[in-house]
Amino acid sequence: MASKTASHSQKNFFIRQIEGLGAAILDNLNGFGSFITFVLNALLWLFRPPFRLRLFFEQLYFVGNKSIFIIALSGSFTGMVMAYQTYFGFKLISVDSLVGPVTALTLAKELAPVLTGLIVAGRAGAAMTAQIGSMKVTEQIDALEVMGINSVQYLAVPRIVAGTISVPMLSALFLFIGNVGSYIVGTKFLSIDEAMYLSKLGEFMFLGDIWQGLIKATFFGFLISCIGTYFGFNVTKGAEGVGKGTNLSVVWGMIMVLITDYFLTSFLIHIL
Amino acid sequence: MLTFNNPAIRIENLTKTFGDHTVLNNLSFDIPKGKITTILGFSGAGKSTLLKHILGLIQPSSGRITVLDRNLAALKDVELREFRQSFGMLFQYAALFDSLDAIENVAFPLREFTKLSNDEVLSRCRNLLESVGLEPISFHKIPSELSGGMRKRVGLARALSLEPDIMLYDEPTTGLDPITTHMVDNLIRSTSEKHNKREMTSVIISHDVKATLRISDFVAFLDRGNIVEYLPASEFAQSKNELVQEFVNL
Repeated sequence: MASKTASHSQKNFFIRQIEGLGAAILDNLNGFGSFITFVLNALLWLFRPPFRLRLFFEQLYFVGNKSIFIIALSGSFTGMVMAYQTYFGFKLISVDSLVGPVTALTLAKELAPVLTGLIVAGRAGAAMTAQIGSMKVTEQIDALEVMGINSVQYLAVPRIVAGTISVPMLSALFLFIGNVGSYIVGTKFLSIDEAMYLSKLGEFMFLGDIWQGLIKATFFGFLISCIGTYFGFNVTKGAEGVGKGTNLSVVWGMIMVLITDYFLTSFLIHIL
Repeated sequence: MLTFNNPAIRIENLTKTFGDHTVLNNLSFDIPKGKITTILGFSGAGKSTLLKHILGLIQPSSGRITVLDRNLAALKDVELREFRQSFGMLFQYAALFDSLDAIENVAFPLREFTKLSNDEVLSRCRNLLESVGLEPISFHKIPSELSGGMRKRVGLARALSLEPDIMLYDEPTTGLDPITTHMVDNLIRSTSEKHNKREMTSVIISHDVKATLRISDFVAFLDRGNIVEYLPASEFAQSKNELVQEFVNL
């Protein structure tokens, strides 16, 4: 009798686990569907008047200009560290003259777009969710709708466009400053010949490598701002909900940057 | 049940279900032009859902809503958005845009929907804010620097800025102290009287029986998705409906 009850409760436990897993899968699929609908809706409203340029420039200033310092700081130190690490590794096989191109290629194709994406997801993506989320819980979004203003067009579209444009620009800045940092460390501290550094850079670095990074950064900017605004519009339950939404926005923004990076790399590597 | 010729809002057999839950159940009633009509009811009775239907923010499961002689279901999305400019709404907590100061909150609809010059917009906003009793010293304060009552005044001025045909008030006195509540009630009454010439219709969603009876022309009582009583405010307290009596005498 006791073993029958134990086996029954064990069976119930497994059924509960499977039910839980099924519910989680359905929940995530539902969320994904709702995200895609939101993005399509935003894209639809992007091409409909009125075009609110003032809001777009405000967001461009917020996502772009206000991120310049942190991007410059991160870019310079990333470039400097890369130069150091590459130099001591390459010195072992006597190819230390390749520090410049290796650092530049790594920055152009991966580090600049990915780190810029992660920084913008943490800074601007989170702010987008918090701003829109607090507007949602204080009925400001309802107020827009009641006035006949489409809240997605008013709040999400300028942020998505600004994010899509500013992240590749920030990534280019990251790349430039990273290379300057690498050049300074390589030529001034590690005694690599300046002419050699620059000639090798010219030999191995092509425009397609820079394009690869910029295309990735454009996708990351679009994704981060879509995720940031989507979670803002889906905030519920007051201040606690705003915090939760902001957290989800940062986590998903960063995860999506890394996942998309793999797929974009495997695609772009064949065409550029 | 009261019926009116040429009402501002006519609701016919309105049903709204969310999954298995019926929020509005075959509801029919008219809201007269140029009067103050209050919809009373317990929490969860469907008052806010009804308000959203009147605004066309949600679609009914069945039934028809006619506002100012226009069937909302027949309007395309763009037409519906334009039509919403006929409405003004005062939200429960005013819903002011927290990045804008008081005067810019009022200017917002004017800047969005009119071609008035900046000077004309600001002049109209000052007049509106003064008409709702806001001191000029508070015109450039942001919402977080304003008291609850002041926010309501700004919210009302914003709602009135496009001279709406229908003013909606969503629990306008919830969370306010008795003196501010009295002030907001008087403001609603005086606003309605000021705009009486152009027959502005006011619809209030409320829990506050005393204020309702003092400022309304008509009172409807909503229970479990249906109007169970609809009378002129002067007769409402004498209703024979048990629920109404319970609500009035609480």
